[in-house]
Amino acid sequence: MFAEFMQYLFSGLTAGSTYALVALGFTIIYNASHIINFAQGEFLMIGGLGSVMLMQYGLPMPLAIVGAIVLAVLAGILIEKLALERAATNDIVPLIIITIGASLFLRGGAQFFWGKSIHALPAFTGNTPIDIAGATILPQSLWVLGVGAVVVCALAWFFKRTLTGKAMLAVSHNPNAARLVGINPRFILMLSFALAGALGAVAGAVAAPITLTAYDIGVMLGLKGFVAAVLGGLGSPVGAVVGGLLLGIMEAFTAGYISSEYKDAVPFVIVLLVLFLLPSGLFGSRATERV
Amino acid sequence: MGMLKRIPRPGLIVLALILAAAPLVFSNPYQYDVAIHVLINAMVAVGLNLLMGYAGQISLGHAGFFGLGAYVTAVLSANYGWPVYLSMPAALVVVALLAFVVARPILRLSGHYLAMATLGLGILISIVLRTEAGITGGPDGMMAPPLSIGDTNLYDERYWYALIAVLLLATVWLALNLIDSPVGRALRAVHGSEVAAEVVGVHTLGYKVLIFVVSAVLAALAGVLTAHYSGFVTPDLANFIYSIEFVTMVVLGGMASTYGAIVGAVILTLLPQFLTGVDDLEVMILGAILMVVVIFMPTGLVPTLARLVPGGRR
Repeated sequence: MFAEFMQYLFSGLTAGSTYALVALGFTIIYNASHIINFAQGEFLMIGGLGSVMLMQYGLPMPLAIVGAIVLAVLAGILIEKLALERAATNDIVPLIIITIGASLFLRGGAQFFWGKSIHALPAFTGNTPIDIAGATILPQSLWVLGVGAVVVCALAWFFKRTLTGKAMLAVSHNPNAARLVGINPRFILMLSFALAGALGAVAGAVAAPITLTAYDIGVMLGLKGFVAAVLGGLGSPVGAVVGGLLLGIMEAFTAGYISSEYKDAVPFVIVLLVLFLLPSGLFGSRATERV
Repeated sequence: MGMLKRIPRPGLIVLALILAAAPLVFSNPYQYDVAIHVLINAMVAVGLNLLMGYAGQISLGHAGFFGLGAYVTAVLSANYGWPVYLSMPAALVVVALLAFVVARPILRLSGHYLAMATLGLGILISIVLRTEAGITGGPDGMMAPPLSIGDTNLYDERYWYALIAVLLLATVWLALNLIDSPVGRALRAVHGSEVAAEVVGVHTLGYKVLIFVVSAVLAALAGVLTAHYSGFVTPDLANFIYSIEFVTMVVLGGMASTYGAIVGAVILTLLPQFLTGVDDLEVMILGAILMVVVIFMPTGLVPTLARLVPGGRR
């Protein structure tokens, strides 16, 4: 009983820390621009599939992963520079559609250049399961959890302690005031896309040995990350992490105790319930709308 | 004023002429088949345009209604032996009820939350269709009986083309009338400024719900027709990517332009035909088109081109 519970909890936390990193990517871009970047899942795909492909070109794994992260950062910057910055509109619908277009473009590109097969990235430190409290977990799960924790701490430090991080927070609170004190919102926006690309690629690469990776893996992962961000309350980094972990755990328990077939439905049921009952998520600020 | 409204709509007549003349250039069943898919998609796009272009509400889940309509009629007619002429309207009623029930909580949301909620609803529908294999046949889908008149089954593409062309004309007529009615005025007010509309007494939520249901039913009608025309249904009909394609049709053709939605449906449905041989590039090109159109022609093709023609329609 208890061992089973621990097993589900670990697999939930592992999936959840991936969702949390995706959700953080959404949050960072949302805070800098109020845009929801529907291409966020594609950064994971680039991180995972890109690493596999660069290894096939002969790079050792650490270099291949770094290369894939660089690719995702470039993709993020290009989406911002070539598409969003040129769009002469602040309406939400067209901006959503541009990022959907970007995600199709990246996914289609991956399909065209890297093919449709499913790949596995080798586990970082072997496949010998570890016994913890009666549950067996793969070493790679520890990598996912550990990297997730390190990234979250690094981000917290970045936003609290560095000038650039503080500038990003300032822009998210009030872009005009930030401009007045000499912060360039354009640069911050580009930086937020680069950061979101890096976050997504890290999550994608670390999770790839467990989840496997393919050109279309970003669709579901991106949507679930978005659900996690909405669950926690759009714009709240703490909410994104909590939302991601909660989502992963609820998914794992549903799969374990209720129905594995409806595992993928969990995020969407939850997000509809949350939106209907608490329209600003668990940690979102109660919005007051200006007319 | 009632009389003035009865002036025949020139655009509708042109559309009718085009639909009637198109078969003159079709030389084989395959071309009819492509044309039928164009018209079916146009039906969804015209409905979705009412919601997106006029009421200003995005839906990333319309393929859910499309797929659900297709499955309800297929299940009722194939598994329960309902005659198709009863299972088809029943499917529309089921989708209308579902849309009505979810519309209020969903349409209270706006912006990204609305996008998320409609997307979630569409994906849930596709997951249920894929998972309830006992009823729906699971991922492989199921057969749907053909449409029949008396004892004759309608297999011929030409009959289907005629039927769907007439239904599309009726859809466009309905959409245009809705836009010119007080409902349409209220919707434009909602799109302009929801708060201002409420201040002058427009019951905004009620109108949004109405349009949401109408657009869902039109998507379901297209799905119902697809089911019996193609003779089988699969969960892919409700796929998220189709929801995106429907949105693309509306945006590409031009939001708040009924004929634009049709043009968008034509272009997007024909696009794969022109990309044969480079099939693998299709998704990439779709993405590029989407970005380029929104960036350089934010109002869409038809309104942008219409502005270039002196004295042309808005």
